[in-house]
Amino acid sequence: MRFPCPLCGDRDLQEFTFGGAAVMAERPAPDAGVVAWDAYLHLRDNPAGRSEELWQHDKGCGAWMVVTRDTVTHAVHGARLTKGAT
Amino acid sequence: MTQPFRIPGLGRVDTARTLTFRFDGEAYTGHPGDTLASALLANGVRLMGRSFKYHRPRGVLTAGPEEPNALVTVGKGAHRDPNTRATVQELFDGLEAASQNRWPSLGLDLMGVNDLASRFLGAGFYYKTFMWPRAAWLKLYEPLIRRAAGLGALSGQSDPDRNEKAFAFCDLLVIGAGPAGLSAALTAARAGARVILADESAWMGGRLAFDRHDFDGRAGFDWAQEVVAELAAMDNVTLMPRTTVTGAYDGGTYAALERVARHVAPGHDAPLDCFWRIHAKRTVLAAGALERPVAFRDNDRPGVMLAGAVRAYLNHYGVAPGRSVVVFGTSDDGHRTALDLVDAGIHVAAYVDPRHEERLKAPFPVYTGSVVARAHGNPVEAVTIRHQTGREHRVACDTLAMSGGWNPTLHLSCHMGDRPEWNEDIAAFVPRPDAVPGLVAVGAAGGSFSTAAALAEGMAAANDALSALGFKPQDVALPVAEDAPYAIQPVWSVPGKGRAWLDFQNDVTIKDVTQAAMENFASVEHMKRYTTQGMAPDQGKSSNVAALAVLADATGRSIPDTGTTTYRPPFAPVPIAAMGAGGQGAGFAPKRLTTSHAASVEMGAPMIEAGLWFRPSYFPARGERVWRESCDREVAYVRNAVGICDVSTLGKIDVQGPDAGAFLDFVYTNTMSTLPEGRCRYGLMLREDGHVMDDGTAARLGRSHFVLTTTTAAAGPVMRHLEFVAQVLRPDWDVALSSVTEHWAQVAVAGPRSRELLSGLLDAPPELPFMGCGPVSVSGVSGRLFRISFSGELAYELAVPARYGDALFRELVARAEALGGGAYGIEALNVLRLEKGFLTHAEMHGRVTADDLGLAGMLSGKKDFIGKAMAARPGLSGPTREQLVALKPTGAVKQMTAGAFLFDAGAEPVREAAQGYITSACYAVTPRHTLALGFLRNGRARMGETVRMVDHLRGLDTTCEVIPLVTYDPDGGRARG
Repeated sequence: MRFPCPLCGDRDLQEFTFGGAAVMAERPAPDAGVVAWDAYLHLRDNPAGRSEELWQHDKGCGAWMVVTRDTVTHAVHGARLTKGAT
Repeated sequence: MTQPFRIPGLGRVDTARTLTFRFDGEAYTGHPGDTLASALLANGVRLMGRSFKYHRPRGVLTAGPEEPNALVTVGKGAHRDPNTRATVQELFDGLEAASQNRWPSLGLDLMGVNDLASRFLGAGFYYKTFMWPRAAWLKLYEPLIRRAAGLGALSGQSDPDRNEKAFAFCDLLVIGAGPAGLSAALTAARAGARVILADESAWMGGRLAFDRHDFDGRAGFDWAQEVVAELAAMDNVTLMPRTTVTGAYDGGTYAALERVARHVAPGHDAPLDCFWRIHAKRTVLAAGALERPVAFRDNDRPGVMLAGAVRAYLNHYGVAPGRSVVVFGTSDDGHRTALDLVDAGIHVAAYVDPRHEERLKAPFPVYTGSVVARAHGNPVEAVTIRHQTGREHRVACDTLAMSGGWNPTLHLSCHMGDRPEWNEDIAAFVPRPDAVPGLVAVGAAGGSFSTAAALAEGMAAANDALSALGFKPQDVALPVAEDAPYAIQPVWSVPGKGRAWLDFQNDVTIKDVTQAAMENFASVEHMKRYTTQGMAPDQGKSSNVAALAVLADATGRSIPDTGTTTYRPPFAPVPIAAMGAGGQGAGFAPKRLTTSHAASVEMGAPMIEAGLWFRPSYFPARGERVWRESCDREVAYVRNAVGICDVSTLGKIDVQGPDAGAFLDFVYTNTMSTLPEGRCRYGLMLREDGHVMDDGTAARLGRSHFVLTTTTAAAGPVMRHLEFVAQVLRPDWDVALSSVTEHWAQVAVAGPRSRELLSGLLDAPPELPFMGCGPVSVSGVSGRLFRISFSGELAYELAVPARYGDALFRELVARAEALGGGAYGIEALNVLRLEKGFLTHAEMHGRVTADDLGLAGMLSGKKDFIGKAMAARPGLSGPTREQLVALKPTGAVKQMTAGAFLFDAGAEPVREAAQGYITSACYAVTPRHTLALGFLRNGRARMGETVRMVDHLRGLDTTCEVIPLVTYDPDGGRARG
């Protein structure tokens, strides 16, 4: 499998490390309460189909990105940086 | 040393040169271009192996990688390679091969007794027969079965051969270089696309080499060589002969095995195999088709071959399979074999065709509406032909060429989970469109068996790919080739007494499959596992379709309703040594060496692994016999004079930017933004779930410039975490991170005389307060000095650019020795930190909280930080948890060990009663007793209490006392001094 790193182009999956579902970027407020924090840390959808995931190109440019991937076909639909291109 | 079955003037082997080789110790000759199988046949050797279970004598069945019978062991000693297909192994001078699965010899195999007992050894025999007594299975039955059944054996020695791994990229990957593949590759290459053409043979041309084809009045193989020459001259084309594409994976990734140096004599330094990962934007599968046998009584006798293989030996290798041949064909394809034999001057004793219409006019007896019902002799001496009327008659011959039709080589198209569909016209499974995204099957692999169709489909598929990729489609002038009908009447099995083989490699007969159906193993997946059909190295390449046809018949279903088993990678066997190339021994993991490595080794220090790093355990002095003597001496250096230790392995992270202070406040539990320039502070990081991730120091070098240290173990994960926070959680902050672990050599200078040492060394020694830091100059080299202590003594860490690390370490050690000190290793480092109650990842093991460590006071109440919300959860703090304590032994046993469990004094040492565990232990030099850190339930309230320590693994049982965490210099005056 290959990911289209916005900075480096198409690169092999082995260069990337998984960082969880994209909702990991939506950190609750400190006082959001135990239920919201529990959901943020532990509760994940398990979609059959398109899924947004965080990956870091840690054996490449180091950029974190959101990869849109199909969990059924394994097709990769795109990747965008979490922080504007640097 | 003649080759009685070589036909002069026929084939493409280089008869001008003669090679000698050995098979089972016997010397033979062959020629360049031969395979081991073709050379053995040329020498009249027909018996090449013994079968898996019944030890039946077997000869070669095919001329390709699907060969089920002729598996041999090539090479000697540690180099030997079992289960090598003689049909794939190219001949070289001095080749040594041996047959397998026989004892004492191939001709006289005493295990052949299994064949006489065959009625007891049918499908599922080991499930039924070897049940009782239970204990006998492990000790008696299993070893016996494993010895009697099986294929080749490994050498049992470490593999000395070199292998390689590589990546390749292309616009179009063409798998197979027959007419369809060559047409596709040529079309794409002329358009300027990057093309990889892979074929498993040493040459390219596919069946154009094995069959005689007329391409506009000349040989099809000559056309193929012209195309290959044109492709070879193009920069955008990579030809990969001897390369089998073994798997199709996500996103256009393919695995391939290139046999780099299996065709040359040993004694070279080339890798044996190369395992490729090929990334292709589009793929054309032109892998051809595999011929299938027909199951009739004793169809596994040496001398029974596939009709297409007979043509291959004849036309390509110039070898006669025998002197008198019966051809049994179920389609017009069988005609080719008979006609080629006649043209080569070989007697065709009969042509047997189950179809009723007369389709072949020939100078030999043709029996329509007939089948071959039995083979006689070992090797074959005659066959029984059964006519439509039921009448049987025997025909003498030494070879039977059979063709049950062809199965498209569609395996790769099913590697991503798709199943093929049944095509009634050719009585075979064909790939479905889009079974693998970006892959199109053409020619025989797609079910089109005429050569004209193969050429046309190859060009069409390449042009589709070219259009999709933005290249200009090409109109290639293709030769006019045969477009004959296939006209098959499938015959899967011929009814009758005796055993008829379906799977030659795993010894599975018609009876085994029908018995499986009778016992209700009616699903094709169950039948496979019950009979082992299709499970050997050949994965049923010749037998799968026939076996499921027999199963369909036995269960009263159609073939498409019965379905196929799952096709999985690899298509052909791939040595683990090739997949893991470079990973043996020192190649298993990268080595990280500090700049003081050479100096430490010169000083005799045993180097031990710390993650990927290597660090000195201790530095032995003359006369010291055990490591403890060295360790105790090195601890004394630091306590009494000055010690030197390379601490470069700790992670160093450079943090810069206007928001650096805010960022550090967010990732550390305590406040870093208030740190004055030129000062360091100890900090703690949590994971978002409230548990401790790491500790370390932050030093402020400038208004918006910090450098952090992490523990050696957590350097990578912490860097990743910080990048996550900076890029994902707070992309609005202007902060940049850089790992500078490798850029700086950092050395601890620790002990009461450390200031004195540095005063003599530094160009202008600064007066640093405790936890101060600043730039320094060392003999003109700009460095950094930190006054931090991991030993509890007055101590510094001096950092210089890594290229000066070796010189700095040697200089510091020399100066320390002059002051009554010297270098210390990580054993001493551990003792020093345990005496101070300092932490490592033995304590911060991922399941502890700040409160467990007694560091709840470091959790700032004034700001948000990573892990704050969840650290406040009930259950993550308080007396119900196991808390960090120090312990010393009070019983007769003075030893304490990391990993031992703690119990209440007098309690039964069982899991339910465990009160905690030891994480680190050492012999403390300063208080002169064993000292341990560990976690004990409500430990801070149990100071002075006696608990029991039991190490079940090492058989230790002692009592110990809970003592304060800091045993050495509790008020910290020495470090501040």
